[in-house]
Amino acid sequence: MSRIAPRFGKLRTEGRAGLVTFTMAGDPDYATSLAILKGLPAAGVDVIEIGMPFSDPMADGPAIQAAGMRALKTGMTLRRVLDLVGEFRKTDGETPIVLMGYFNPIYRFGPERFAAAAAKAGVDGLIVVDLPPEEDDELRPHAAAAGIDIIRLATPTTDAARLGPVLAGASGFLYYVSVLGVTGTRTAAADDVAAALGRIRRASDIPVAVGFGIKTPAQAAAIARVADAAVVGSALVQVIADRLTPDGKPQPGTVDAALAFARELAGGVRGARANAPAGA
Amino acid sequence: MSTPNSYRSGPDEHGHFGIFGGRYVAETLMPLVLEVERAYAAAGADSAFQRELDYYLEHYVGRPSPLWFAERLTDHLGGAKIWFKRDELNHTGAHKINSCMGQILLARRMGKRRIIAETGAGQHGVATATVCALFGLPCTIYMGATDIERQAPNVFRMKLLGAEVKPVTAGAATLKDAMNDALRDWVANVDTTYYLIGTVAGPHPFPAMVRDFQSVIGREARTQIMKAEGRPPDRLVACIGGGSNAIGLFHPFLDDPGVAMDAVEAAGLGLDTGKHAASLAGGKPGVLHGNRTYLLQDDDGQIAEAHSISAGLDYPGIGPEHAWLHDVERVNYVSATDAEALGAFKLCARLEGILPALEPAHALAHVARIAPKLPRDHLIVMNLCGRGDKDVFAVAGHLGVKL
Repeated sequence: MSRIAPRFGKLRTEGRAGLVTFTMAGDPDYATSLAILKGLPAAGVDVIEIGMPFSDPMADGPAIQAAGMRALKTGMTLRRVLDLVGEFRKTDGETPIVLMGYFNPIYRFGPERFAAAAAKAGVDGLIVVDLPPEEDDELRPHAAAAGIDIIRLATPTTDAARLGPVLAGASGFLYYVSVLGVTGTRTAAADDVAAALGRIRRASDIPVAVGFGIKTPAQAAAIARVADAAVVGSALVQVIADRLTPDGKPQPGTVDAALAFARELAGGVRGARANAPAGA
Repeated sequence: MSTPNSYRSGPDEHGHFGIFGGRYVAETLMPLVLEVERAYAAAGADSAFQRELDYYLEHYVGRPSPLWFAERLTDHLGGAKIWFKRDELNHTGAHKINSCMGQILLARRMGKRRIIAETGAGQHGVATATVCALFGLPCTIYMGATDIERQAPNVFRMKLLGAEVKPVTAGAATLKDAMNDALRDWVANVDTTYYLIGTVAGPHPFPAMVRDFQSVIGREARTQIMKAEGRPPDRLVACIGGGSNAIGLFHPFLDDPGVAMDAVEAAGLGLDTGKHAASLAGGKPGVLHGNRTYLLQDDDGQIAEAHSISAGLDYPGIGPEHAWLHDVERVNYVSATDAEALGAFKLCARLEGILPALEPAHALAHVARIAPKLPRDHLIVMNLCGRGDKDVFAVAGHLGVKL
C-alpha cells in the first residue's frame, strides 16, 4: 500500500486538512530541487507532488511551462526524476510522493517498467494529466500491481454521468481541479468548490485535494476549510523562478525562499479550521 | 499484422485505429470531446446537415474542384499519365476550407459562440477566419511567432477577415506550440468555444470527422477519373503533414486493391540530418495532442522540433489513421526534401502555369521521381491541395531573390 491513505488517515485524526505542494523535478537544477524537496516536510507539507517535465505541457500555465523548460534544459529525464525521488527517500520514508505529468515520457519508458521503477524509487501516486479514465487502462493495472495509486482528476465539467466512472478507478485521493483553465491562472470561489465537494462526497469517501489557482496562504486556508487538502503549485514554482538569475541559475536564498513560502502556506492550512465548529 | 476486411471501417467506438488515435486529453476537456462526438454523429445522421454543407461547398467554396490532365508535365516526365486534383482552386486557396465549412456548421448546431484554431502555414487559419466571417462568429487563431514571421501575408489576411491572431512564443514557436496554446484556451473556455482543428489529428472524433469532411476530394476524384478515363487511377499521391489532404483523397479508394497510394512526408534538409518533419520515417509511437501516433521525439519521450521549408508540414506528428495505414502497409509513405520540393515548385510553374503551394510541391517532387519509370497507361492522381501565392516570398528567399 502507498503512503497516501495512511497520511490522509493521520490528517483526519488530527482534524485538519493537508497541504500538497507541487514543484518541478530539476527546476532550476537537480541539486536545488532536491534541497527544496528535502525541506518541504519540515516546512509543514503533508504530500509532495513532483512534476515530470514534458516538452508540451498542454494543461499548464506559463509558470509551470517555464519550470519544465528550465528542468529539461539542465538535462532532466524521467529516469532522473526517479533518481530524485530515490534520494529524497534516503532521508524521508513517510511523506507521500506523487508524480504529476503527461503520458508520453511514461509511454516511451514503458508503463509496466515505469510503474515498477517508480515504486522502487519510493513513489506513491501518479497524476497523468492527459490520461483520462477512458485511456488509463494501459497504466492503471501496472501501477496497482506496483502499489502505486492512480490519482484521478475531476473538474467543474465532470458531470454526474462521468463522476461515477472517474471515482470507480480512483485511489489515494481525488484531485479536484477547481477552475476551468490551465494551472496557475484563475482562482475558484470557495463556495463553488464547497458545492462541488458536496457532490463528490455524496458519491465517495475518498479524500479530495483541491488545486489550480491557489496562490496565497489565505486562499489555501479557505480551501482547507472545505477540502481534505489544498494543492499549491504555480505560486510556489513562481517563488523559485523569482529567485533565479536571468539565465535561470539558482542564487543563494532560492531554497530558503521556497521553503519560507511553503511554511506560510502550511500555517494557513493548519490554522484554517482552528475557529471552525467541530466537524465542519 | 493481419489484413482487415476493410480499411475504411475505423476508428472503433473509442476512436482507435489499431493502437493509434484515442482521446488523450485533460479531464476538463473530456465531456466536451464526448459532446462533439455526439453532435457529429447526430449531424451525420441528419440529411439536412449534409444538404446545408453541400450548398456551401458548391456555391461558396467552389466545389467540385477540377481534375486536370497535366499534359505538358506528363510529356516532360515521359512516363505515367498525371492528373491534378485541383483543390488549390477552392476559395481561400487550399483544401483546408472543406473541413472548416463542415466544422463551422457543426459548431453552429452545437450553439457555440466562439471559434479557436491553430495554424502553421496560415492556410487553416485563413480558412477558419473566412468561415467565421461568413457566419459572424468571433475567432482567435493561435500561430507560432516563427510562423507569423515567415507567413506574413496570411497573417494580414486573417486580420482583414476579422480574426484575432495570437502569437505563440513557447518552444520553437511553430505549429505544435500553437496547438498547445489552442488546447489551453479550449480548457479555459469550454462552455462557449469550439476548437476547429485543422488536420486529422487531436482527440477522437476530430481525426475521423476531419477525414470525413475532406473525403469529398476523393469522392469527386473517383467520379471525375471514371468519366475521363473510364477506370480508377493506378496511384494516388499526396503530401502529408498532419495528413488531412492525403486522407481526403485516399479514403474513398482504400478498399480498391488496384489503387496504390503514396503519401509524401517532408524530409526537410534530409532524413539523416535530423532537420525534417517525417514522423513515420524518423519517429516512434507516442502520445501528443490528444492521440497516439508516430511522433518525432527523443528517447525520454520529449517531443522534437520538426523542420520543413513548408510551414504546413512542419509538425512532429501525423494523423493517427495514417500511423495505422502505415503499419498495415496499405499506404506507402515516402519523403521529399526541401530542395526537391523547390525544384518541383519551379517545374510546375513553368510547365503547367500553376504555382503549387510548397506542401503539394513535395507530392509533385515524388511524382517527378517515379513517373518516368512507370508505363504511359499508369494513371496518377495527385492532390494539388494548395496554391503557392502564399509561398512566393519564402521561395524568393530560398532562391536568393530579393523582392
